Amino acid sequence: MKIFTSKYLKINLLILGTFCFSSSFAQEEESVTNKKDDEIELNMDAVFNRPTLSFDKVPVTVGGYLEANTMYRVEEGITDGLSFQARRLTIFMAASISSRIKFLTEIEFEDGGKEVAIEFAALDVALHPMFNFRGGIVMNPIGAFNENHDGPKWEFVERPDVAVNMLAATLSNAGFGAYGKTYSGNWIFGYEAYVTNGFSSKIISNEEDKTYLPAHKDGENIFEENFSGEAMFSGKLAIRNRKIGEIGISYMGGTYNKFLNDGEELEDKARLDVFAIDWNTTIKATGTYIVGEAAWIWVQTPDTYTQQYGNKQRGAFMDIVQPVYKNKIFEWEDATFNVAARFDYVDWNVGRFAETNTRIGDQIMAVTPGISFRPTPKTVFRMNYRYEWQKDIVNNPAKQAATWYMGFSSYF
Amino acid sequence: MRMKNYLLGSLFALLVLFSCDVLAPGEPEENELLDGPVEGLSMAESRRFIEGDVAFNDQIFTVETGLGPVFTGTSCVSCHAGDGKGHPYVKFKRFGQILPGVNEYLDQGGPQLQNRAIPGYEPETLPAGAPYTDLIAPIVTGLGLLDAVSDQDIIDMSDPDDLDGDGISGRVHWNTRPDYVTDRPGTISLNGKYITRFGKKARMYDLLHQTADAYNQDIGITSYFEPYDTYSGDKLSPEIDRQTISDVVFYLKTLKEPIPRDQDDPDVMAGKALFQSTQCVGCHKPTLETGYSSIEAISFKEFYPYTDLLLHDMGPALDDGYTEGYATSSEWRTAPLWGIGLSKDSQGGDYYLLHDGRARSIEEAILYHGGEAENSKNLYQGLSQPEKDQLIKFIESL
Repeated sequence: MKIFTSKYLKINLLILGTFCFSSSFAQEEESVTNKKDDEIELNMDAVFNRPTLSFDKVPVTVGGYLEANTMYRVEEGITDGLSFQARRLTIFMAASISSRIKFLTEIEFEDGGKEVAIEFAALDVALHPMFNFRGGIVMNPIGAFNENHDGPKWEFVERPDVAVNMLAATLSNAGFGAYGKTYSGNWIFGYEAYVTNGFSSKIISNEEDKTYLPAHKDGENIFEENFSGEAMFSGKLAIRNRKIGEIGISYMGGTYNKFLNDGEELEDKARLDVFAIDWNTTIKATGTYIVGEAAWIWVQTPDTYTQQYGNKQRGAFMDIVQPVYKNKIFEWEDATFNVAARFDYVDWNVGRFAETNTRIGDQIMAVTPGISFRPTPKTVFRMNYRYEWQKDIVNNPAKQAATWYMGFSSYF
Repeated sequence: MRMKNYLLGSLFALLVLFSCDVLAPGEPEENELLDGPVEGLSMAESRRFIEGDVAFNDQIFTVETGLGPVFTGTSCVSCHAGDGKGHPYVKFKRFGQILPGVNEYLDQGGPQLQNRAIPGYEPETLPAGAPYTDLIAPIVTGLGLLDAVSDQDIIDMSDPDDLDGDGISGRVHWNTRPDYVTDRPGTISLNGKYITRFGKKARMYDLLHQTADAYNQDIGITSYFEPYDTYSGDKLSPEIDRQTISDVVFYLKTLKEPIPRDQDDPDVMAGKALFQSTQCVGCHKPTLETGYSSIEAISFKEFYPYTDLLLHDMGPALDDGYTEGYATSSEWRTAPLWGIGLSKDSQGGDYYLLHDGRARSIEEAILYHGGEAENSKNLYQGLSQPEKDQLIKFIESL
């Protein structure tokens, strides 16, 4: 199918294809069980919506993905040169223990194995379509990206700022809860609700010098101990119309500080609350795919603490992906070229200084145009150019940086 | 066909690489930045500069690494963004001393009010009736050059009894110093006191004194040099190692001086002449020279800080009723004017000038001057508006 037939564009796409293919690799056609696009339902299904290898008479499926890229960054005219990154190797395994009991885990090796993390390891018990038990290490259902973060699904090398640097994606915690779905015509409704371990005081005492939820992941024993001693709730409601798209609203909140120790009150109880809204849709007429999420965080910090650590944050991202050429290329049926653009925005400290009543800065904005080539839906080669403006806490002139990425991400 | 594709692919790759230069943000002009080393450092010195740069600009203190429990900032850079002047959100109070040499509030948290506290702790509060002054952090560039000015040169600029009759009687701050500092070449002492030169009231002897004190009083970090916890008063194990402090001191010594801008602009040149004729140069000495320094790049060098490093009576408008060392409450060290035009870039786009940021423009800062600067202020007020604009444009070019 040719979506765009300009001669000029074809020539350019041919050039790009050649370029991508010049760095291609040998990929075997494997036996995979992969859902078709029209079977994709809700973001919450992402954990199961992955290609995996299955073996005869063995109730275990195995899969994973690999991401690697080159990066060249120039900040204020200064560069540290070109670097090559093997960002992550993720392996997931699933097992059907019985007809209603499943186990699935996702283990991620980041930065060449420097960090190894269990992102997901849960037992699912199907009791009713509207009520399934899930327990273990679960991904908190906040926003869309946290649960639907596999590299090959995205056209950009970098993950969205709001998801990674504000909401702490990939965020998972030990706990349990329930999820379910129901259907009516073209409508699908789903929910998730979990109680898990919560955050720690690292979110307001960290080397980022800002309220920073991802700092929680630097803590030790986060899957063994609940820092605050109180459960954190996270839940999501999502609704999808197969002809229109999906929208989800999610919440996560709880106490994050250790206010008691051996029964003694150490400090006032402090909580955080996170609210997110996410959406995705495909415009049928043009094939344009739009996905995004916005989030708001409220964190109680002592009035006597530094304003460096804000009590309100907000951020958003939106991707627009436009397939521009879909055809058989080098034996790949339905190979697709896309052009894409991402908008990122995060304000880590919303508010005004008490002393001057001027706006607090500490924010980043970025735009990332890109081109991607998908020889198959499971593999993406992508070239991105990101331009960002980052302001420090006092709102001094933004530091500008440009980054070029070229890389791939592929399921295996 | 295959060869053609590869050639086209290679061409595309070249286009991508070429775009790196076109689409990358350019480097700011050297004279628009405060950070960066002085010229002429050896490779070993450059390496040490970077070590200090990392400690100064990147090391954030947390509860786990010793922050507080009471503090005013979490890092060096929180008060000195881009090595420039501080923003009022990290303004802090020093309190307790009315008379030279005596602070009666040392047992009540003085001399500095740590107005922030980590969770679970209460910050200090100002004792009722205690005299105080608010302070914001100064620019930190070019400090190595100021440090290397010889004591004798400072004495030579002083005129405590106004013998020349110009109404300006700058005096040296003879003050005590901690035992851990060492003499600079040519140190001169008088009755067991030394010439101190850093700080708004010139209470600090050298950059080690300044740095160790700031880690302790501003961030609540104990060190080999300043081992007493500001919260408990107890002597604690160092929370920062000596090497890091030494690297930061080296960094501060080798930060380049601010580079003036637009010096060929006719208005700037006219403003420079007015700066002379209004006798601003009586205190804001344009040119100083360093003596010997173990860092060759700053040794025996002429530079242009627009200060005399002396204490001057600035009159009642700037007399907060609080003092330090042996200065009086109306005496302040002449603030170096270099880099003042770049202050906005470290203060969030606005001016917060003078010791506490009360002046929101250069003109307002001038009008706060009194005492020994009363005559210069009056001469400024007698200028025509275009002349005032030229004078301010010159100051902003520094």
